[in-house]
Amino acid sequence: MSENALSARGVNKSFGSLIVAADVEINLPAGVRYALIGPNGAGKTTLINLMTGMLRPDAGRIFLGPEDITALPPEQRVRRGLVRTFQINSLFPYLTALESVTLAVCERREAARIWWRPLTAYRDEVDEAHAILSGLALAGVCHRRTRELPYGQQRLLEIALALAAKPRVLLLDEPAAGVPRGESQELFAAIAGLSRDITVLFIEHDMDLVFRFASRVIVMVGGRVLVEGTPAEIAADPRVRAVYLGKAHQGLVS
Amino acid sequence: MPPVFGVLFDGIAYGMLLFLMSVGLSVTLGMMNFVNLAHCSFAMLGGYVTVTLMNALGWPFLATLPVAFFAAGAASVVLERAFFRRFYNAGELNQCLLTIGIVFVSIAAAAYLYGTDQQPVRLPSYLQGFIAVAGLDLAIYRLFLIGTAMTITILLVGAVEATRFGAQVRAAVNNQRMARGLGIDVDRLFAITFALGGGLAGLGGALAIAMLGLDPSFALTYLIYVLIVVSVGGLGSIAGSLAAAMLLGVSDMAGKYYVPAVGSVLIYLVMMVMIMWRPTGLFGRR
Amino acid sequence: MSSEAIADTVGPHEFLRAQASWRLSEVAFWLAALLPFVLAPDYLILASQIAITALFALSLDLILGFSGIISLGHAAYFGIGAYTAGLLSVWGWGEPLTGLVLAGAAAGLFGYLTSFIIARFRHLALIMITLGIGLLLQEAANDASWLTGGFDGLQGIHTWPILDRYEFDLYGRTAYAYALAVLFLLFLGVRRIIHSPFGLALRGIRENGQRMPAIGAPTRQHIRTVYTIAAAIAGIAGALLSQTTETASLEALGFQRSADVLVMLILGGAGRLYGGFIGAIVYMVARDQFSGLNPQYWYFWIGLLLIAVVMFVPDGILGGLALLQRRVTISRPKDPP
Repeated sequence: MSENALSARGVNKSFGSLIVAADVEINLPAGVRYALIGPNGAGKTTLINLMTGMLRPDAGRIFLGPEDITALPPEQRVRRGLVRTFQINSLFPYLTALESVTLAVCERREAARIWWRPLTAYRDEVDEAHAILSGLALAGVCHRRTRELPYGQQRLLEIALALAAKPRVLLLDEPAAGVPRGESQELFAAIAGLSRDITVLFIEHDMDLVFRFASRVIVMVGGRVLVEGTPAEIAADPRVRAVYLGKAHQGLVS
Repeated sequence: MPPVFGVLFDGIAYGMLLFLMSVGLSVTLGMMNFVNLAHCSFAMLGGYVTVTLMNALGWPFLATLPVAFFAAGAASVVLERAFFRRFYNAGELNQCLLTIGIVFVSIAAAAYLYGTDQQPVRLPSYLQGFIAVAGLDLAIYRLFLIGTAMTITILLVGAVEATRFGAQVRAAVNNQRMARGLGIDVDRLFAITFALGGGLAGLGGALAIAMLGLDPSFALTYLIYVLIVVSVGGLGSIAGSLAAAMLLGVSDMAGKYYVPAVGSVLIYLVMMVMIMWRPTGLFGRR
Repeated sequence: MSSEAIADTVGPHEFLRAQASWRLSEVAFWLAALLPFVLAPDYLILASQIAITALFALSLDLILGFSGIISLGHAAYFGIGAYTAGLLSVWGWGEPLTGLVLAGAAAGLFGYLTSFIIARFRHLALIMITLGIGLLLQEAANDASWLTGGFDGLQGIHTWPILDRYEFDLYGRTAYAYALAVLFLLFLGVRRIIHSPFGLALRGIRENGQRMPAIGAPTRQHIRTVYTIAAAIAGIAGALLSQTTETASLEALGFQRSADVLVMLILGGAGRLYGGFIGAIVYMVARDQFSGLNPQYWYFWIGLLLIAVVMFVPDGILGGLALLQRRVTISRPKDPP
């Protein structure tokens, strides 16, 4: 049996009578680029929260490679290479871009526990952080405080933080959300440039981007996986159309 | 009759007072997440209003109670409109500091106007004394306290469950953003709730004089108990406040009666155990 | 060139090194700390008290200003340090330096134990827990009057000369030199912590605690570490108090002391290393000047001050100064290239 980089088996979660995940089954083979789409409230972000450990499932298991990580706390999953970004920027407002990414690198290298040596002694970590920022065209603003950066660059910083954790599996929650059309292409170019060693699952509403970057699409509705297939299959699927019917005017489908 | 019933009775009366003083803070904290440490200053205000009306103007005790309620309620609204609303997004620390500052000012003002001694209040004769119930001598005033507080509780619960206003309050506590989206004027709702909560605190303070005494340090001393009730009971929950207030009142009385050597330690321990068991309170969410 | 443009062209290592380097104002501050010996020899006892309080405020800054943990009960650790040093002396061991170390260890241990609880909570629950710990300890100390001397405090503390040579004199010279030296040494330690990778992690926790697990940070572990260190430092400050004043009483671990140090830190500006010092100086000098005032009226002014600070200068004196400095820099005309 070939291993998936990440899989969720029979995941269930409800809040009282509100079911946010019902028998969810997802398998991500290594190195793929999958998209997760669905109307608002379908449970996509919830699924990411369940897979990364921010939420505990009522039933089901999460596997990272061969390992069952269902019982692991979030930071342990990150250590093992399961990393996510947030739909709404979750950054460190008063830290500079460089400090933020350096922090992530230090945490990964277990250097963040060290309180008796100065940060300036950790040249490798700083260099690595700077390299990540350069790769995302943020090197020029690396000494600016996060809160002073324009939104598009903050979104890139969100990804930089994720990359600093050296992910094996990367879960991107609407990476282009709120970013104007002209700038989102740059963002996705950055994602397209990601190594094929990294498995990527991204939540997106913009079908243009889904078609461009995803090899396979998973559709979620009401906490369940409705259907899974190639972008062309999904676009032609009548059930998917029915779900999005009437939502076209909200700009969810191009 | 074993003294446990006496302790229970006193504990419940004390708990009722704490409930009146706490319920407003619980609901407003649950609704706006605004940490108002000055809440007991309104209770103190109610107490001093009653004292002034009775001792300086000769009013009968019962007549002063509605005035205490409205005075504290009015003061709450004024402070909320003028001050607090600017700090709803200012973070917990700033809210704590701002309201602690108000507490300090209120204590100093009370000391300046009334001195630091305990304020005497003479209850009307029909509220004094004891009544024999099932072999126990129960203080009439405490019966009155329990009766009043229970009536208010029933009115409150009725209002919250059965009226539109109550439904709006529940919605706003549950999910503020959603409530706004539904067209509920959350700001106006909050001002009204704040006034009601402050007024109840004032009423509680007025009723508390005969049982707990009144001096300028009231605002700080009972703040701690109120905070315990609110954090143990759960933010935004009337039932939680009632349960926690009862628990605290009875524990405190029992502790002071049975193990006076370590009296106060008991409630702090109970509080910490409760919070560790249920960080969002007995009936809180999130 | 504007300061922003300069920053953009500086290499990362240079920028970080510049950030961590000693500023002229810092050097000036510590040199100025020596002035009381010469300029105000009658006030050295007050100066030593200020130094002790400044150390206490520094320990609170570690957890509040840099890590974002709001504590209303930090005096618990101060008090434990005070009573440990005091009891050691009462039981016959009055050597100050070892007393400091043992007091710091005792407070640090209590801090470590309570940190397991602290690290698990946020928001109101955290505030209540810290308040509860402080109140619990206060009550317990009051009840255990056989040990603590209760309301009257410990009697019979006598501090031996430092290093067998420097006796404590009536003018407070030894006391101030002692307190200042300890303050400076521990300040160096805290400064090092702030500029270490751990210090960066603390600021990360303060800025966005939710994000930290998502970058693989063991947040609770970090909090436990900083809390323990802060508790130990607070304990050393408490020990300094009982050693220099030869008294230890309940107010050392009371709510008032917790509230006072919080006010001082906010007044000076939290998260800026020197905020606690500035706040302590201003607060205690003012209190000394107005010592004739009825305590209630003192708190009236403190209340007004708190309200004013929160409304107009939430980042305290140092924050206000930094804001002014930035305004001045921006409004200054740019130099021609």
